[in-house]
Amino acid sequence: MRSDGPSRGGFVQPAAVQPPRRVPLWRNPTARAVAFQAVAIAVLLVLAVYLVSTTIANLEQRGIRSGFDFLENEAGFRIGETLIPYSPSDSYARAFLVGLLNTIHVSALGIVLATIIGILVGIARLSRNWLIARLASAFVETVRNIPLLLQLFFWYAAITGLLPAVRDAVAVLPGIYLSKSGLMFPVVKLGNAFPFVAIALLLGIVAAFAFRTWAKRRQDRTGERTPVLLVGTGLIVGFPIVAWLVSGAPLELDVPEKGRFTYSGGSSVTPEFLALLLGLTIYTSGFIAEIVRSGILAVPWGQTEAARALGLRQGRILRLVVLPQALRVIVPPLTSQYLNLTKNSSLAVAIGYPDLVSVANTSLNQTGQAIECISIMMAIYLTLSLSTSAFMNWYNRRVALVER
Amino acid sequence: MRLTGLAVAAAALLGVSGPAMAGATLDAVKERGAVRCGVNSGLAGFSIADSQGRWTGLDVDVCRAIAAAVVEDAEKVEWVPLSAQQRFTALQSGEVDVLSRNTTWTLTRDASLGLHFTVITFYDGQGFMVPANLGVDSAKDLSGAEVCVQSGTTTELNLADYFRANGMEFKPVVFESFEESKTAFFNGRCQVYTTDRSGLASLRASDAPNPKDYVILPEAISKEPLGPAVRRGDDEWFSIVKWVIYATIEAEEYGVTQANVDELKANSENPVVQRLLGVSGEMGKLLGLDNEWAYRVIKQVGNYGEIYDRNVGPDTPIGLDRGMNDLWTRGGLMYAMPIR
Ligand SMILES: N[C@@H](CCC(=O)N[C@@H](CS)C(=O)NCC(=O)O)C(=O)O
Repeated sequence: MRSDGPSRGGFVQPAAVQPPRRVPLWRNPTARAVAFQAVAIAVLLVLAVYLVSTTIANLEQRGIRSGFDFLENEAGFRIGETLIPYSPSDSYARAFLVGLLNTIHVSALGIVLATIIGILVGIARLSRNWLIARLASAFVETVRNIPLLLQLFFWYAAITGLLPAVRDAVAVLPGIYLSKSGLMFPVVKLGNAFPFVAIALLLGIVAAFAFRTWAKRRQDRTGERTPVLLVGTGLIVGFPIVAWLVSGAPLELDVPEKGRFTYSGGSSVTPEFLALLLGLTIYTSGFIAEIVRSGILAVPWGQTEAARALGLRQGRILRLVVLPQALRVIVPPLTSQYLNLTKNSSLAVAIGYPDLVSVANTSLNQTGQAIECISIMMAIYLTLSLSTSAFMNWYNRRVALVER
Repeated sequence: MRLTGLAVAAAALLGVSGPAMAGATLDAVKERGAVRCGVNSGLAGFSIADSQGRWTGLDVDVCRAIAAAVVEDAEKVEWVPLSAQQRFTALQSGEVDVLSRNTTWTLTRDASLGLHFTVITFYDGQGFMVPANLGVDSAKDLSGAEVCVQSGTTTELNLADYFRANGMEFKPVVFESFEESKTAFFNGRCQVYTTDRSGLASLRASDAPNPKDYVILPEAISKEPLGPAVRRGDDEWFSIVKWVIYATIEAEEYGVTQANVDELKANSENPVVQRLLGVSGEMGKLLGLDNEWAYRVIKQVGNYGEIYDRNVGPDTPIGLDRGMNDLWTRGGLMYAMPIR
């Protein structure tokens, strides 16, 4: 096989020149490799079966209940924050779902916010303005080097320690109250206009994207630029407003009202959610800032100079020339930051936010079924992480094509 | 926490301690020369370590009593502080010989966690504590409140039941750590804290910045029978723990105290007292111990009433009346099975 390559060390390998003979199976590297893999898999399987059966036998012997039937039983506990309707008479399975949605809720928001802050800080670190650059690096070094758990405790203590009790909540703006119980704010109730407005909003977004594509083509063709941002925003905002007006402009403001203990009505953000979101966002944004900075630095300076020579303004150079190229470097490590943020959200238990881990732990304690609850948690986090990775890989392939 | 769960998983997978066999625990304890006891990490009156590292409390004294009976020295106890979340795992995996940590006896726990409750050492009920200046004086007025609660407790379930049964609304703020849940409440994050009423009394007396600022509402919304539990599968050890506790109760029933135990041992004509203190009969032998087992318990730790009064009684900061925990002869629920 190596016969026509240069011989190593000047020796002619005798085997190489002899006519190929039928090699016995155990000397055939491919066959050997396959055999080793098969043995390895078999050993793993046997080990897995052994572990599982011993576990089940042990649990049974000690009178510890096992199995996943408990998921259908009534959970019996309440959950402080839910995105879907949930009551203690619902099943453990639904409780897990509530926890999962809470995890996704805080992670998704955290990812968006951390990305925005991270990009801004990353760019700021490269600023030629001494003060801005220093402030940005101080921020990055501080947030990256303090353990997240401590930061969560800090934010939580700050919110519940410094803000007034809910009885003396401060009105930040009329109808918006801030206190130890969180941020209470009014919501607009659209009544039966809601579905129309929602559809109109979707249509507006689609229209805005279509407009952007059209504008880009036009610019490519004629060189004329259109105010895409303005028109796009107009479309996204305008469509729902028109839909709302057409459906009779129903307007009902649901304002938080002071009750005996807390406020009722309106909507609210709890201090637990706020602290977790702040902590996750700020901590992760430090890492993202560094990724963005290194991504930008990875784009050769010549690119910027060339863009300048074409007469592009600084903002445009960044947006049209540097960032698209930097993205190729940025996206893979960014993905792992997103995964980290999602997994770190499990620290929520420490400050009382009912995320997946918190709900699973409660279930674990109420049912005593540790192995089951932990397996469910692991499976869910694995799925979340793999889906995030899949999405980011897809995105990575898209930006990678930008390369010329 | 996840770690405890993993520990259970690992212990179960590897079969670390193996299924307990009859007598195995007693042998292990004797060989070690100490009882390994799972206790609360800090609940004044029940289980708390002082600045010198000496543990005090009712639950702690139960462990001392077991040690006095089994290894002849009440101080030969290895303390394993456990959170609400860790406790059952620790018992299941063999990390502790007995779990004496304000733990409520419920069917689910008894039937599905691989443990046996022994004897109730404290009859309790769940209650609510609120800041005095809220002006609330009944649990029925709590609709709409935010309630701080620790997860992994019966408390969490009773809370939901009570509000559901009374058609009231509330918002739970659930913490995994006791520390965080206390801090959140005393910081004013919640208007209500809920746990066993004994736990509330303890919190109010020893954790509140100023006990007078907090009131415990009169309602008991559940039954919380608290007592030590042991692993399933070792009936001999189960019996020992049971009878040590009965001995402290029977001692109180017959007026045997730490102060008079020697004198009664020498002079008492009462056959019950004689059997209890090992002057007659073979009570200890039947349990796999020696006949002075109960004598040592009373001598070194005291009878149930003494244990109660010293740790949580009216003269302590916790200040709990005997109430349900008084002897049955005085209208309470404490009743020892006859030692004969
Ligand atoms: N008796 C209840 C509650 C017991 C319980 O754990 N109470 C809390 C609040 S008083 C506690 O002791 N926490 C201490 C800790 O987790 O370290 C039960 O068995 O579930």
